[in-house]
Amino acid sequence: MDILPILEKLVFPVLENGLVWGLVGLGVFLTFRIINVPDLTVDGTLTLGAAVAARLLTSAAGVPPVLATLAGAGAGMLGGLMTGLLHTRGKIQPLLAGILTMTFLYSVNLRVMGRANIALMNIQTLVPQNPYARLVMFLVTAIVIKLLIDLFLQTDLGLALRATGDNDRVVRTLGVSSDTMKVLGLVLSNGLVGLGGALLAQYSGFADAQMGIGTVVIGLASVILGDMIFGSRTIARATFAVLMGSILYRGIIFLALRSGFNASDLKMVTALLVILALSTTRLRELVRV
Amino acid sequence: MEAMLEIIGLQKTFFAGTPNETKALKGINLTLAPGEFVTVVGSNGAGKSTLLNAIAGVFPPDEGVIRLGGEDITRQSEVVRARRIGRVLQDPMVGTAPSLTVAENLALALARGQRRGLRWAVTSQKVRLFREELARLGLGLENRLNDKVGLLSGGQRQALSLLMATITRPEVLLLDEHTAALDPRTAQLIGDLTAMWVREHRLTTLMVTHNLEQAIRLGDRLIMMHEGKILFEVKGREKQELTIDGLRKAFTRVRREDFAYDRAVLAD
Repeated sequence: MDILPILEKLVFPVLENGLVWGLVGLGVFLTFRIINVPDLTVDGTLTLGAAVAARLLTSAAGVPPVLATLAGAGAGMLGGLMTGLLHTRGKIQPLLAGILTMTFLYSVNLRVMGRANIALMNIQTLVPQNPYARLVMFLVTAIVIKLLIDLFLQTDLGLALRATGDNDRVVRTLGVSSDTMKVLGLVLSNGLVGLGGALLAQYSGFADAQMGIGTVVIGLASVILGDMIFGSRTIARATFAVLMGSILYRGIIFLALRSGFNASDLKMVTALLVILALSTTRLRELVRV
Repeated sequence: MEAMLEIIGLQKTFFAGTPNETKALKGINLTLAPGEFVTVVGSNGAGKSTLLNAIAGVFPPDEGVIRLGGEDITRQSEVVRARRIGRVLQDPMVGTAPSLTVAENLALALARGQRRGLRWAVTSQKVRLFREELARLGLGLENRLNDKVGLLSGGQRQALSLLMATITRPEVLLLDEHTAALDPRTAQLIGDLTAMWVREHRLTTLMVTHNLEQAIRLGDRLIMMHEGKILFEVKGREKQELTIDGLRKAFTRVRREDFAYDRAVLAD
């Protein structure tokens, strides 16, 4: 029996999905872990990124795939900007601000697409057909983004961003607006999620108004699973852990499907996974005391 | 010489128009010359911290003017003022970012007043500077540059906060009971470090303290606040000869006069 077809069929999808969703995980990591703002906008911006990319790719103008993908990321950034301004200028709780943007974006996404979904079959996209080329492309994208985040968080601006999540008072006493930093964090995070959405649409061959549901929980699952197994002592370690956590999560989902769960059960499985991971972290803390 | 910090007729009332209305500052006038070190004492609710917070821009005053280096900063936001004003607060936990390393915290502080861009934050050149400055604290922190600040003790964190507040030599340094949450030995150490730093860099400093001995020992001038007003101030030779007992007596004497005045007014 040839091992390669099995690899391509079983392992590649797990890795590919893991890497694409790893970008979403990195976005969620930026909000939940770095600026310490629980952001639910991502459910809307993932779809927004996918919708914008799909619409541009299928438009008569024939937008190049690279530009369409970047436009998806840019649209995601705008979504993050909206949540950021609602939170900092509008003084709305971050959770609610995210839900408001997400709800707002649901209609925007339908407008962008002009219908509930857009198929991307037989259209030139950024995602190669060849499974090996595809895996390499996702791997390179994920690693480049991870390294850019690592580098950025070591700059003066990145440090101010991290300090904001850590202790926003100290940031203000040093002459930095913690509000600006939070907006910046939300913009970058949702930009990554928009990018993830744009790539996901091209990978799965469609954009759908419903595809963003549960994004934040999937992102959190990657962040928490990665943290549990690989730790987060340094930034480079933490971002690596997010990508690995995302791949691991896809592996678990794959196994769950194999062991008889329906595709419709997956949101439940994901939520249970996050609950389990969170409560064991809590249990470990209790045991340590 | 021109004043570094000038406060004219500063007033602040909290919860105005409610049963909880508190007149926290009732017309404060205070001028600090460049390099002057002033300590502030007074009982709870005297308005000491409110005064410092007003200078830092935590809230806008109801009346009055605050000038920094001759410039009116009364309407500037806290963040804008923080580019020129260093602050250390009572709680050692609020002056530092715990999950950042010692070096990263100092890099964060060293960029005070500058545009924060995409330049590498912790360069080897800065590390050399941090190591030198930390070594002078005498706490061994120069060997812990890459440790997360959350691992440090309260005293170490407060020493670091002090260094972070002063490393860019701000125009004014505000210390709000910054030794009050520490054990006596550490409080003494941080107090001495403060005096050394302030002298060496000729920082214009306003220090609130509960510790009368500290207030007398440190600084060029001592002011006592009570119920939102400055009761009296002591400087020069008079301050050098001041004792804790003398300070207490002066306080009760002024309050008695106040009381007598109130009675006279009420008798009218």
